[in-house]
Amino acid sequence: MMRELSDNILDIAQNSIAARATLIKITVSVSHAANRISLCFEDNGCGMSPEMVQTVAEPFTTSRKTRKVGLGLPFLKQTALMTGGTFDLSSSLGVGTTVCASFGLDHIDRPPLGDVASAFYTLILLNPAVDFLFVYLYDEKRFEFDTRIVRQTIEPLRLDEPEISDWIRENLNQEISLLHGGSFS
Amino acid sequence: MKSLEELAAIRKRMLEQVNMRKDDKIDTRVVVGMCTCGIAAGARPVMLEFISELKRRGLENVTVAQTGCIGMCRLEPIVDVYVKGQEKVTYVHMTPEKVARIVNDHIVNGRPVEEYTIGYQG
Ligand SMILES: Nc1ncnc2c1ncn2[C@@H]1O[C@H](COP(=O)(O)OP(=O)(O)OP(=O)(O)O)[C@@H](O)[C@H]1O
Ligand code: FES
Ligand SMILES: [Mg+2]
Repeated sequence: MMRELSDNILDIAQNSIAARATLIKITVSVSHAANRISLCFEDNGCGMSPEMVQTVAEPFTTSRKTRKVGLGLPFLKQTALMTGGTFDLSSSLGVGTTVCASFGLDHIDRPPLGDVASAFYTLILLNPAVDFLFVYLYDEKRFEFDTRIVRQTIEPLRLDEPEISDWIRENLNQEISLLHGGSFS
Repeated sequence: MKSLEELAAIRKRMLEQVNMRKDDKIDTRVVVGMCTCGIAAGARPVMLEFISELKRRGLENVTVAQTGCIGMCRLEPIVDVYVKGQEKVTYVHMTPEKVARIVNDHIVNGRPVEEYTIGYQG
């Protein structure tokens, strides 16, 4: 299991990267009114077959122990369901994949959200050729970060140039803590 | 996203610099395993500590990259260091605390930190 949900963010986005997505949209939303945290991932990667969609999130099914089984989606699903949340996966071969998970905000077993800004920053830094659209909804507040806009602004420089990635990191940190207006976990 | 002007100013400044980072300057690669069990074991703080330590010491000849599953779950977080012209060194059970020494002893001074390596701990 992951220590914090921001680790799930990092991990589930890796699936999209492995699926050769060029654009990954990640939406984090926190709603005190609905008592929910949700994470949504949408990519334009290679997608999965319907059979794959059916089985891929089933935790640790017994049949394949010798061969490596994926843990990322089962972890996410288990954490979601354990906290009274939901898990949805839809995918279409050649089109892309959407994964959405929600968690009970005040559920005792819910892992802390953790450092979302650092998860976003890490994804950008380690995958400078991929575009990310991050949307963070915190009650009625909204923050959006689109690497396509950054890319346009700095062209021909790369997102992982030290000065640029420093700016990205600071921007994410500032905007997200503004959104929280204090600390949130 | 705010202050795109600031970003544009950074761009302008960087394009004016003559000594912009060139890929052929890179002679060392730090590769962090970022599969599910790597992340669960704490790969992210290790990766971030490498980034900060390299920045702190101004080592522009080093890049940090990720790789997927290496299939050695119980040794995660795993970091491979490739110094040009030398054999790959694999560090296991990495923590942010181990990073400064690897940067200093191995990356700067060319002496791998034996006791953190897979041969020692595996
Ligand atoms: N966004 C995606 N696009 C295409 N295929 C996907 C996507 N997400 C998951 N998959 C498929 O589902 C499999 C299982 O994913 P899961 O994250 O559970 O495990 P994994 O990535 O294989 O291994 P790990 O334990 O490192 O996460 C993947 O190997 C991949 O084949
Ligand atoms: S699943 Fe990749 S090292 Fe464990
Ligand atoms: Mg995965």
